Amino acid sequence: MIWIIASLLFWVVAIAINVHLVRHKVPGASFLVPIIFGVTILVLWEGMVRGFNISPVLLPPPSAVGVALVSKTDILLQDLVQTFFKGALTGYAMGCGSAILIAIAIDRSAFLQRGLLPVGNFIAALPIVGLAPIMVMWFGFDWHSKAAVVVAMVFFPVLVNTVQGLQATDHMQRDLMRTYAAGYVPTLLKLRLPAAMPFIFNGLKIATTLALIGAIVAEFFGSPIKGMGFRISTEVGRLSLDMVWAEITVAAILGSGFYGLVALLEKRMTFWHPSQRKTR
Amino acid sequence: MKSIIPVLTVVAAIFALWYAFAVVLNAGWAYSKAERAGVDLSFTEMVKDTMKQEKPRLPAPHQVGVEIWKTTAEKKVTSKRSLIYHGWITLQATALGFAFGVGLGILLAVCIVYFKVIDMSVMPWIIASQTVPILAIAPMIVVVLAAMQVNDIVAKGVISMYLSFFPIVVGMVKGLRSPDTMLLDQMKTYSASSSQAFWKLRLPASTPYLFASLKVGVAASLIGAVVAELSLSQNGGLGARLLAGSYYGQTIQIWSALLAAATLAALMVFALSAIEKVTLKRMGMSQ
Repeated sequence: MIWIIASLLFWVVAIAINVHLVRHKVPGASFLVPIIFGVTILVLWEGMVRGFNISPVLLPPPSAVGVALVSKTDILLQDLVQTFFKGALTGYAMGCGSAILIAIAIDRSAFLQRGLLPVGNFIAALPIVGLAPIMVMWFGFDWHSKAAVVVAMVFFPVLVNTVQGLQATDHMQRDLMRTYAAGYVPTLLKLRLPAAMPFIFNGLKIATTLALIGAIVAEFFGSPIKGMGFRISTEVGRLSLDMVWAEITVAAILGSGFYGLVALLEKRMTFWHPSQRKTR
Repeated sequence: MKSIIPVLTVVAAIFALWYAFAVVLNAGWAYSKAERAGVDLSFTEMVKDTMKQEKPRLPAPHQVGVEIWKTTAEKKVTSKRSLIYHGWITLQATALGFAFGVGLGILLAVCIVYFKVIDMSVMPWIIASQTVPILAIAPMIVVVLAAMQVNDIVAKGVISMYLSFFPIVVGMVKGLRSPDTMLLDQMKTYSASSSQAFWKLRLPASTPYLFASLKVGVAASLIGAVVAELSLSQNGGLGARLLAGSYYGQTIQIWSALLAAATLAALMVFALSAIEKVTLKRMGMSQ
């Protein structure tokens, strides 16, 4: 009982602090407010699990997850290397790279553009994760099949975005390049690719989360005895949910970190774009 | 209309590639069969064989077509082998999850637009929530919800909801904030109350944004339902067909389930675009 009351009390106090922070425009509020909110959820979770005596088989308290995170670092690290660095990252690089190259090739033909955009948009909306069992059949149980699923998942979003981005220059700009007597290649490198960058990065950002999902889900259909998806599905079977949540935490941090990294890169490379300028 | 020919060309090219890959990928099995039978296989015979294997690595399009025809038109709808039966199960879960997602998404968006505290504290976490690979934890959510005596279809719906609420929150926040200061000031000069400004200005202005995100959301919620069925396969559904196909190496069955899911997604997006067109026309917002 004391746990429930204490966590509820904490909740009320945290809301009061947040309201105060926002009302008085305290410097750093945009940073503090979400953190306080996140901590509140963790405290509420811990309090409710302990207060209502929820079985750890259903929902482990965050403290147990923390213990699992610290005590089983070696397993977590091994899974991370297998799933993220070998599976997801390889697939991400191959899928995005080939999508951008093919988009540039398509871009030369208006006919292909008109045909490929609707088809690409359609395919980008399909449940491509469903290809996972087929890829496992083709490429075997190791990380190659995971990378293949990731390639299939990231390819079309990046392709469609890049094709759209390459069309983003207007007539004036292209005419200007012509008056400089710039050929196809200089125009592409100096005008059209830079102009397409915001679009390309949009696709790359969508692809970051898709890559992680693809690699993990593909492991459900067969994998060597390591990997995040493998660990999640076996530990669910063994009812040790603290380990599952620890994997999820790692995946969440990894996903956010990967996304953040690409977003940071975008900020660096498209600093000139209106959406990246500082608002005053 | 002028994009029909290019689109058809691209589709035809995809089918041609598909056939080519089917020949390449299935050739190994065709040759090894011939070797064991002790016959020499000419090229045309090999190609013919790759088109009609029972468990090909990549089934040819017409094999998948025949399988889909057999499992939709020639089977009773109630049969457990009918794709329509499984598609209906998936569709129910998708629709439920989509309804949850739309409700939650709109509610959150309204709160975010009207309360600064919620905007600042929840919005970063909503974005972070999407970097969690929910599909990976679907099996666990399913187990937990099953232990809480929740209906299976609701468990699937929860996963669909998680995937579909995000585009709706983002789209609706953008839409509800789309009326500019001019218009909001105009409402003030009419001495409109805050709720009147919401119902008569902000909500109508957000409709185009809502439809754009509904289309993204419905596709996401179908993906959620299919993946949830991988863990809840005892009750059928397109995801269960995928899993069964992968266990028994029935590639034709996998591909037909995939195509059925694709068709379902296309139909739902198409239906939403039709509703969008009519609604926006009625509201006088279509270009």
